[in-house]
Amino acid sequence: MGNTPRNLFDKVWEAHRVRELPSGQTQLFIGTHLVHEVTSPQAFAMLRERDLPVRFPNRTFATVDHIIPTDSQVRPLSDELAEAMMTELERNCRDHDIHLFDVASGHQGIVHVIGPEQGITLPGSTIACGDSHTSTHGAFGAIAFGIGTSQVRDVLATQCLAMARLKVRRIETTGKLNPGVYAKDVTLAIIRQLGVNGGVGYAYEYAGPVIDAMSLEERMTVCNMSIEGGARCGYVNPDETTYDYLRGRPYAPQGDAFERAVDWWRSMASEPGAHYDDVVEIDGSAVAPTVTWGINPGQNLGVDEKIPTLHETPDDERASVAEALDYMDLRAGQPILGIPIDVAFIGSCTNGRISDLREAARVARHGQVQPGVRALVVPGSQEVARQAEAEGLDEVFRAHGFQWREPGCSMCLAMNPDKLQGREVCASSSNRNFKGRQGSPSGRTLLMSPAMVAAAAIHGKVVDVREIL
Amino acid sequence: MTATRASVESVSGRACVLRGDDIDTDRIIPARFMKVVTFDSVGEHLFEDDRLAAKGNHALDDDRYEGASILVVDKNFGCGSSREHAPQSLMRFGFNGFIGESFAEIFAGNCTALGLVCATLGEDDLENLMGSVDLDPEQEVRIDVEARTVTSRVGTVACQIPDGTRRQLLEGSWDATGMLLDGAEDVTKTAEALPYVSGF
Ligand code: SF4
Repeated sequence: MGNTPRNLFDKVWEAHRVRELPSGQTQLFIGTHLVHEVTSPQAFAMLRERDLPVRFPNRTFATVDHIIPTDSQVRPLSDELAEAMMTELERNCRDHDIHLFDVASGHQGIVHVIGPEQGITLPGSTIACGDSHTSTHGAFGAIAFGIGTSQVRDVLATQCLAMARLKVRRIETTGKLNPGVYAKDVTLAIIRQLGVNGGVGYAYEYAGPVIDAMSLEERMTVCNMSIEGGARCGYVNPDETTYDYLRGRPYAPQGDAFERAVDWWRSMASEPGAHYDDVVEIDGSAVAPTVTWGINPGQNLGVDEKIPTLHETPDDERASVAEALDYMDLRAGQPILGIPIDVAFIGSCTNGRISDLREAARVARHGQVQPGVRALVVPGSQEVARQAEAEGLDEVFRAHGFQWREPGCSMCLAMNPDKLQGREVCASSSNRNFKGRQGSPSGRTLLMSPAMVAAAAIHGKVVDVREIL
Repeated sequence: MTATRASVESVSGRACVLRGDDIDTDRIIPARFMKVVTFDSVGEHLFEDDRLAAKGNHALDDDRYEGASILVVDKNFGCGSSREHAPQSLMRFGFNGFIGESFAEIFAGNCTALGLVCATLGEDDLENLMGSVDLDPEQEVRIDVEARTVTSRVGTVACQIPDGTRRQLLEGSWDATGMLLDGAEDVTKTAEALPYVSGF
């Protein structure tokens, strides 16, 4: 094995492999376990039933994000069920000595926003969390898996997962993004090209000049939606951008240890000539601001394109295109430009970080939210909120008709009071446009970049952000 | 240690056909029903929004399928979020086997962790099975994990269940906690060798 060049996935896998299991899977050590209120209570209960302790409480971190309201976060929460979930998480963290980033800590936020900003997410590590968007942490060169509640129990009890090895597909970007085109557009374009099932069985390695030029936050947006493309995880090799981002973060190594860490991180990156099970190319110069029109994230288009007609749709997709057109109440052949919206949502673990809010504010400055449109800006964490407020972004949003909210998952999945009503159409910077995802069983979602959402908010319909910037 | 170690060799019973590709976990169990600290009640809300929207015409509300323990689905069933609430709600509603053209990966993994079987069939075999169950919902359908076959009125056809999953089901090692605990010493060794765990 010694001299054969290897990719990051294989190196991380080897370094974390505890042993082969009788089931044929690998027992994989999980370096960091992130926990939130929705998928953990049943796992802690199973632990109690079996009288098992948490194996590595100091490698486990918790926060509250899914159910927390974004208007008032004063306890007790007015929703009794939400309050019960929060109390349960507090109790579990107390009983097991797990650090909880709660609202009072000043560091609460969406689990995939706070891990990185606290410096908990490190290159070359393995991360698991009972949430499918755990793939976000791959932006640092970590191998990060979303897991189910039984697996949360496994990780709590053993700090390990039983897993089958994945194949690795390198997604090689070429060219350069045009102005007004963002990481969100790149990730949507990848899903469109490879399909929502394309990644099944794979880890995605994102590479090439477009990815190299991205900030760490943009890379998180790309990795975040790996799961929407069917991949189990996605990652970017660590580089100077990664080390600069991590330097000085509270949980990152400090001083000399940081320099030793950089050496190790560097050694974990994919080497030239490493083997991949598959390689695909995507031309970044050809990506336009992108909008979803259907009911899965692969049903997306460049903003200047038209919704496909059934006869230009491949046979095996026809049924789902027809279903999507029907649900979304759109016509085949209709341009995506000009679709009216009722709600604009800027936030989520895909696009709720400071750079996202800066871009959205830049667009918001060009107008006022259309009367009748509800526009929410929800920072991904308390840190993001503080930074935005220090830069005056909250004022910009308010002055231009947007609501400035407290941090949480908010309308990304609507397990909290932020929900669509009836058939409302929402321009959303989140990651899923599934039927009913945003809280109304018949609500409709158009996914796009935060800048595009802000543009839609001030025009009351889908517009091309390039014409505003 | 009270881990369940029951071997799952086959699943059999009546089947229910639920057509449609890309049925995601938000549809299986809408997020608002995840505001619970136990799984006890999730079965009651299985497909709730879809069923309401279908006004009684949903497969789960079809009397002919009542009591079915196998759900026959199309492509990419269970895509979307990693919520175990999805297989939990299906299991609590009474399903313990799934036959489809393909399953989302995390969903299939979550099923295995509960001892539920996901078997995939080729397009034609699946279509034949769906047609047959549609015509005769009383028939018994059987997924044989050992032999990797699906048996129905149509006959016995080969299905796919990944090697590792099959072994876990047969050996009763699908509840991974016990198996992982057995490796405790090796875990300590692996952890100590990782620079980021020891603080660089
Ligand atoms: S923001 Fe949305 S996708 Fe992200 S963790 Fe919260 S609910 Fe999940």
